[in-house]
Amino acid sequence: MNTFKISPGTLIVWALLLTAPFWINFAGGYVELCTRIVVLGLAAMSLNFLLGYTGVLSFGHAAYFGLGAYATAMTMKYFVESTPLALLAGVVVGGVAAAIIGPLITRLRGVYFAMCTIAFGQVFYFIAFQWRDVTGGDDGLSAWHREPIHFGFATLDILNNNKAFYYFVLVFFALAVGVMAFILRSPFGRTLLAIRENERRARFLGIPVDRHIWMSWVISCAFVSLAGALYALLNDFVDPRALRWDQSGNFVIMAVLGGMRSFWGPLVGAAIFIVLQDYISSHTENWMSFVGLIFVIVVLFFPRGVLGIIRRKLAS
Amino acid sequence: MSQLLLFNVFNGLIIGAFYALMALGLSLIMNLSGVINFAHGGFVAIGAYLAYTISPYVGFWGALLISPVLTAGVGLIVERILIRPLYGRDPLYSLLLTFGLAFIIEDGTRYIWGAQGLQYQIPSWLQSPLSSDLFFLTGYRVFMVAMVAVIVAALFFILNYTRLGLRIRAGTLDLETVSVLGVNVRILRNLNFGLGIYLAGLAGVLAAGMLGLQPTIGDSLIMPSFISIIIGGLGSLPGTLLGGLLIGVASGVTTVFLPQASEAVIYVMMAAVLLVRPHGLFGEEGRF
Repeated sequence: MNTFKISPGTLIVWALLLTAPFWINFAGGYVELCTRIVVLGLAAMSLNFLLGYTGVLSFGHAAYFGLGAYATAMTMKYFVESTPLALLAGVVVGGVAAAIIGPLITRLRGVYFAMCTIAFGQVFYFIAFQWRDVTGGDDGLSAWHREPIHFGFATLDILNNNKAFYYFVLVFFALAVGVMAFILRSPFGRTLLAIRENERRARFLGIPVDRHIWMSWVISCAFVSLAGALYALLNDFVDPRALRWDQSGNFVIMAVLGGMRSFWGPLVGAAIFIVLQDYISSHTENWMSFVGLIFVIVVLFFPRGVLGIIRRKLAS
Repeated sequence: MSQLLLFNVFNGLIIGAFYALMALGLSLIMNLSGVINFAHGGFVAIGAYLAYTISPYVGFWGALLISPVLTAGVGLIVERILIRPLYGRDPLYSLLLTFGLAFIIEDGTRYIWGAQGLQYQIPSWLQSPLSSDLFFLTGYRVFMVAMVAVIVAALFFILNYTRLGLRIRAGTLDLETVSVLGVNVRILRNLNFGLGIYLAGLAGVLAAGMLGLQPTIGDSLIMPSFISIIIGGLGSLPGTLLGGLLIGVASGVTTVFLPQASEAVIYVMMAAVLLVRPHGLFGEEGRF
């Protein structure tokens, strides 16, 4: 077992992530763009835990992303102005919601599963949209902001120092990604791969498939909620668009664009997608068409994703 | 009170008829090809805007006849070029493709016809209420329900009594065998896709007369259509029809007693159905 071997790819990714705020300005970007890539990359990687490693097609992850974001924003606005507590609230709310909805859908497979995740995703969108008094409706929740972190001996000013906030996000990213990698290398993670490869055989071996898919679903959704919570902190704002079905589609396309079968693929996909979106939306009003075109081109010409193509080139 | 209830039940029935019309098209495509057509709402918009463009030349009735056919033509081309290469691959890919297509169509209609809402002219005799007691029953609303009833009857006639319909139903059960028996499956899937898009185009023309035209006209209809299919059971067209009418009337009735929950009630119904019958009211276990 190569449990503790670190691949060159992983080293490159971490080298880039750790130094990003220092060279991104020379590359034509800005620090907030890096933070967004890390946050949405975490969301796409969490989705890929389910999509790429368990083989279950979820098209409703924006719901849990948005739940995490709203829970964080509402904690900050209505209860305590504490960044760590708000993050915790985001993860707990998203994870619990996923755990409750999970049993309803984990019995289903394929397109049926996908459709039910889409439909359940919209529930929270409607709640956020219509419950104006609490969620602010279409206008979203504003008039709150992330709080600096006090350690007693020092203060991390994540509010005004955008590099500090980037590294703050990166710490949570590292934790989440580390835990996911650890789970995937455990016997439980191997079982998920077995279910992906041949569900019927896994069932005959006595593996409780539905329960495993449910657990994978909850893990995946909890990490997506973490990403959502960080996203709310990044913007100091949250609105129903964070919950909408097009956000779910964006996560899936990031995973596919980067490569579903590689661990870092969704992060690479998120980077490409966000940079393209940033560039296109600042140059044309019809950016929606171009984003749609990205979807079509990826599906027709790059179904294996960028890392899938690179891996193939290296192998041949 | 009773009149209010009657009004909302009938309103729910109309909306349910829309859901059913869209959901039947979605269902046809999904059953035979395993494709979740996210762009269905986009085709509804295309149907509506095409009707708007041609109605000055061919009139309301001409547009009602021609526009859905043109929309179906667009659907045939889309299937041929974009969706056909994806058969046999993971359903993830066709879902993503139609997802992107939905973006492109929405943006395209906005580009061509503008972002502002437009009025769609319907014949004046259809606009007036049927009687002063039933002031809410305009001729157009009754006409729409009747129209949907006729189309649904025609659809079930085609599926049950024509060769094409027989092949579609057989292909839904076992496409491989149908192919081995000498049916050209590519053409079958193409025509079936066109048939589904025809229903979307028709829903668009009818919706244009009631709601007016907007690039996002199909957006509010697509989620309830998915839910109609889930409640009715994947693979069952009568189930889909019933599912659509059921959630339409349910949300209409809820409007009377608890207006805020009229949207939420259909999701509650979906959760309840999934809890008791995971494969929908008329779905068969093991097919999906």
